[in-house]
Amino acid sequence: MNKRSNWALPYFIFLILFVVLPLLLILIYALQDNSGHFTFANITKFFSDGDSLSTFALSIEVAIENTLLCILIGYPAAYILADKSLNRSAVTVVLFILPMWINALMRTLATAELFNMAGIPLGKGTLLFGMCYDYLPFMIYPIYNVLNKMDKSYAEAAQDLGATPGEVFRKVTLPLSMPGVMSGVMMVFMPTVSTFAISEFLTNNKIKLFGTIIQENINNSMWNYGAALALIMLVIIGITTFFQGGDTEEAANGGVI
Amino acid sequence: MGDNIIDIRHLSKSFDGKKVLDDINLYVRRGEFLTLLGPSGCGKTTLLRMIAGFMQPDEGVILLDGKDIAGTPPHLRPLNTVFQRYALFPHLDVYDNIAFGLKLRKTPEEEIDKRVRKVLKLVAMSDYEDRDVETLSGGQQQRIAIARAIVNQPKVLLLDEPLAALDLKMRKDMQIELKEMHRKLGITFIYVTHDQEEALTLSDTIAVINEGKIQQIGTPVDIYNEPVNPFVADFIGESNILKGRMIRDRRVAFIKHEFDCVDEGFGEDVRVDVVVRPEDIYFTTDPAKCQFKAKVNSCTFKGVHYEMFVDTDTGYELMIQDYDAYPVGSEIMLYIDPDDIQVMKKERFENEYEGKVVSDGRVEFLGAEFECSTDGFEPGNRVRVTVRFEKVDLLDHDDEADTTGHVEFILYMGDHYHLTIRTESGEKIWVDTNDIWDKNDFVGIRILPKDIHLSKVPSENE
Repeated sequence: MNKRSNWALPYFIFLILFVVLPLLLILIYALQDNSGHFTFANITKFFSDGDSLSTFALSIEVAIENTLLCILIGYPAAYILADKSLNRSAVTVVLFILPMWINALMRTLATAELFNMAGIPLGKGTLLFGMCYDYLPFMIYPIYNVLNKMDKSYAEAAQDLGATPGEVFRKVTLPLSMPGVMSGVMMVFMPTVSTFAISEFLTNNKIKLFGTIIQENINNSMWNYGAALALIMLVIIGITTFFQGGDTEEAANGGVI
Repeated sequence: MGDNIIDIRHLSKSFDGKKVLDDINLYVRRGEFLTLLGPSGCGKTTLLRMIAGFMQPDEGVILLDGKDIAGTPPHLRPLNTVFQRYALFPHLDVYDNIAFGLKLRKTPEEEIDKRVRKVLKLVAMSDYEDRDVETLSGGQQQRIAIARAIVNQPKVLLLDEPLAALDLKMRKDMQIELKEMHRKLGITFIYVTHDQEEALTLSDTIAVINEGKIQQIGTPVDIYNEPVNPFVADFIGESNILKGRMIRDRRVAFIKHEFDCVDEGFGEDVRVDVVVRPEDIYFTTDPAKCQFKAKVNSCTFKGVHYEMFVDTDTGYELMIQDYDAYPVGSEIMLYIDPDDIQVMKKERFENEYEGKVVSDGRVEFLGAEFECSTDGFEPGNRVRVTVRFEKVDLLDHDDEADTTGHVEFILYMGDHYHLTIRTESGEKIWVDTNDIWDKNDFVGIRILPKDIHLSKVPSENE
């Protein structure tokens, strides 16, 4: 072991303590009952519990809706920001990222207050609004990055070969910006599945998401079932990442920051 | 119309107030291989991009087959471009890259297949259809880029320094192939390059561009043998550029000797510039043939020939290329054939500016104030200021300097350097000096009061 690799030691210890160990703890707790005996009961309980299953389905639904909404709003925004003829200043880019500087919880609370003030009833609409507001920068930024770095001669070449501006976008710009969209999706979809604060504040706990029931279980000292739910969520997120596996390399190249 | 597929008239373009193209007039004959040649930043790529439609001219028109194409967007122009860095679509394979244009035009599948295979064969890339473009080498990507353009059978193929990214050997091979493709296809090629050798090898016609202006249009042979100004002579091939004086028709003096030449019509006793190519100065052992003597200063083997620098008996340095080597220090006898002396009209004799008398003894020009005698002028008068090239002092610092600038262009004239300096005010000043400067050097400019000459501005209605 040479000297330089010793420098990695603190990070290695950090990784063990704060990533590997907690994951192992989740796994151990998920596979134990209250008295510490090995069991699959927690897992099977989830699949037979109608409430949990429907909450889970709702979470996925909300996450998909939120992700689509973010793409729908975020892609045009990123496109405009990256277009030198439409946006000449880096300030506008910073303005779009600016909300990220403020804690998400504070923003969510403030959003809830605004809805209350305007007399808008809290519900799924406000939930989606809040989620989209919170996660939009995570969609805009990777797409903006890819579009901004994209060699403009691709678009020119397409135009030169006879493509109308619409065809240039559909056949060249959009496919070439997919790595950015993919990393945006990963950064929006996964956290929204497990979020609980936003649904708590913006629906007054009327709508429960998967993150909420994990939190409730843990809060009520039902550690084992909570851990099992967390494990199930991790596995599902893992699977979605795996499906996007082919793109992760490109996403890393073109993507996040 | 008729023979000319492209006609460019009075084309101008400015970026941020700086003229990139200045009144370009150029026509391209059907089926011709035309090269736009010039140093980087001369405006040649801008011109090509305007033909392609990616930029709009400020003034002037571009006619394609006699029709103004100003309002036609790039995707409707029957032209195709080979981009400098190829711009092959990374998300498509070789086949789909080439078929891109045909698919947009809703060409039947069979027809696409036939034409793609045909061009792949033409660029010697058959069997590569399914390859990912990013796995191809630079030369192969180049071929695909050319195939993608010519498969659409454009009226004109535009090529923007297509070989610049290739290594020397590859570039030479591709030059030959391009020439061959041009012959086979019969399409008009407009080719942009800064490589003079490439231009001479490939072109039917060369347009030499510098600082947004066309310097000379002609066949490679014309341009090489009869450059119209020192810039063209210096840019194309090696040359000895010298100050000269036309004594009368067919008789010119330079390097303090007189020579017979073939040029006429300059007038008598007129200052001119003279170009002699290094391979056109001959050695002789016959004293009767000898026109001047020189001493060999250095001798370098260059593969096919030797390159020698010699000092003439009158104190000028000349470059000579010959198959025979002469030892350093030896005295040699030289002569030049009248045919090989190219006489050029002098473009300028001294620096000339319009200035203003600021106060008694001070005049403003080149964006700065200079001291000089203002006898006969009142403060506020507009004056014509002249300064001889050799009277401008260049300093390597800006204390004591009247103004500053950067060296833009250097021409060796046998016994001195003729520099073009771009001043801070964006104007030019020409300087004759014996000191060695490099391109882009920062210089302080100083002119002594006695060397600044004022005269009346020619009246307005002239």
